[in-house]
Amino acid sequence: MDFTVVAKNIDFLILQGLLGFGNFVGGTFRLAIPAIVLGFILGIFIGLARLARTPWIRIPAMVYVEFFRGVPLVMVIFWFWFIIPLLLRVPLPEYGVALTAFVVFEAAYLGEIVRAGIQSVARGQAEAAMSTGLTPAQTMGYVILPQALRNMIPALVTQFIVLFKDTSLASIIGYVDLTKAAEIVNNREIRPFELYLFIAVVYWLCTYSMSRYARYLERRLTPG
Amino acid sequence: MIEFQSVNKWYGSLHVLRGINLRIEKGEVVVVCGPSGSGKSTLIRCINRLEPIQSGEILIDGKRLSDPSLDLTALRAEIGFVFQQFNLYPHLSAMENIVLAPMKARKISRPEAEEIATRLLERVGIPDKAASYPANLSGGQQQRVAIARALAMQPKIMLFDEPTSALDPEMINEVLEVMSDLAGEGMTMAVVTHEMGFARRVAHRILFMDEGQIIEEGSPQTFFENPSSPRTKQFLSKILSH
Ligand SMILES: Nc1ncnc2c1ncn2[C@@H]1O[C@H](COP(=O)(O)OP(=O)(O)O)[C@@H](O)[C@H]1O
Ligand SMILES: [Mg+2]
Repeated sequence: MDFTVVAKNIDFLILQGLLGFGNFVGGTFRLAIPAIVLGFILGIFIGLARLARTPWIRIPAMVYVEFFRGVPLVMVIFWFWFIIPLLLRVPLPEYGVALTAFVVFEAAYLGEIVRAGIQSVARGQAEAAMSTGLTPAQTMGYVILPQALRNMIPALVTQFIVLFKDTSLASIIGYVDLTKAAEIVNNREIRPFELYLFIAVVYWLCTYSMSRYARYLERRLTPG
Repeated sequence: MIEFQSVNKWYGSLHVLRGINLRIEKGEVVVVCGPSGSGKSTLIRCINRLEPIQSGEILIDGKRLSDPSLDLTALRAEIGFVFQQFNLYPHLSAMENIVLAPMKARKISRPEAEEIATRLLERVGIPDKAASYPANLSGGQQQRVAIARALAMQPKIMLFDEPTSALDPEMINEVLEVMSDLAGEGMTMAVVTHEMGFARRVAHRILFMDEGQIIEEGSPQTFFENPSSPRTKQFLSKILSH
């Protein structure tokens, strides 16, 4: 084993592959972080829509969730890559395509987590809030969501970790993330063992910090 | 102040309120009792429309609850509700539980709301618990915070649904005392309870419900000493014997 191959290519692996600074469009963080943030925001709206009383809001949200949960992520990425530009008659940039595909796809899963989290809050909480004269929106914002979000942390973080690792699928449209960067280096150096072991450690460190932070957050948000 | 006109309510095929007619005047304290499942909770939950009714009409201060232009949120702000299970917000301290609605629904400034809350915590006898979270309060303390939370909106009516049923016996009195004080100050109150001592001392009128109907109604004196219905007698002998 000779890890000098990693040392020699560390700039490319970390700066280009992990962070996205370099000659290629890429970066695991550059895709994963905005995808998590935007996917979660969209997921909150979808989760709320799933619980709406009005069928016009509830049913489209349900169809959205069922559709995107039923198809493979790779297919969604291909779709945005080949079909949308065809329909719109404009080429779309890799980054935009990858980010949109992830946000749209993940929001379906995150929406279900949000819905379940909201439903996990006892009904008496909303009754108490409304009986003091809070509007339904204030009840949701100040009473239900804060408790729901705390209950959701474990499921959310699991999903964020899945999303983080799934960003490697963006390489199929030429996006240079950490996995793709290792592949590029390996094609030149032929040291698969060292390179793939190295990126495994990097992935693991990132996801492990995410789950540690989640546990800390969960503890901190437990009242009393 | 509160008026039920031939109110009917069903849960699916279960007829839980059967033609209820009832008037509660301003400043009146009405105790509702009756066997479990008779519709007592449903009756008072209809007053602030936590439960919808299927026929009849409920009027609050002359306003029809069925009126589509009714501002339900504003109406609820005027009616305090105290639950059997307290329903305090577990993620907020006692102080934050109390100031939330005044600040958000009434747009009162934080210092002003905190001043009101501090006074209320004093009034319910737990001025030192402002910073405590519900999980660290006893049942009796939680229920008193819940009463303070309702009072912070300066309601015209207070509704209580078995406020002491979830409490250990030694905590029941501290909650009943707060309620008696409130009644003494002229609050309009509807109280579902089996605390017959409280009913005798504080109520102006006692209703006895069974199977979705009010089958007996009268002053504490006639209710306890001279009930007309055999169901009431049976209920009273059961509840007063222990
Ligand atoms: N949300 C509900 N859905 C269906 N049935 C209900 C619901 N709430 C209460 N009930 C039924 O309605 C009846 C009256 O309930 P309730 O008003 O809670 O009685 P009480 O408070 O006198 O014990 C009971 O038979 C109860 O099982
Ligand atoms: Mg009840």
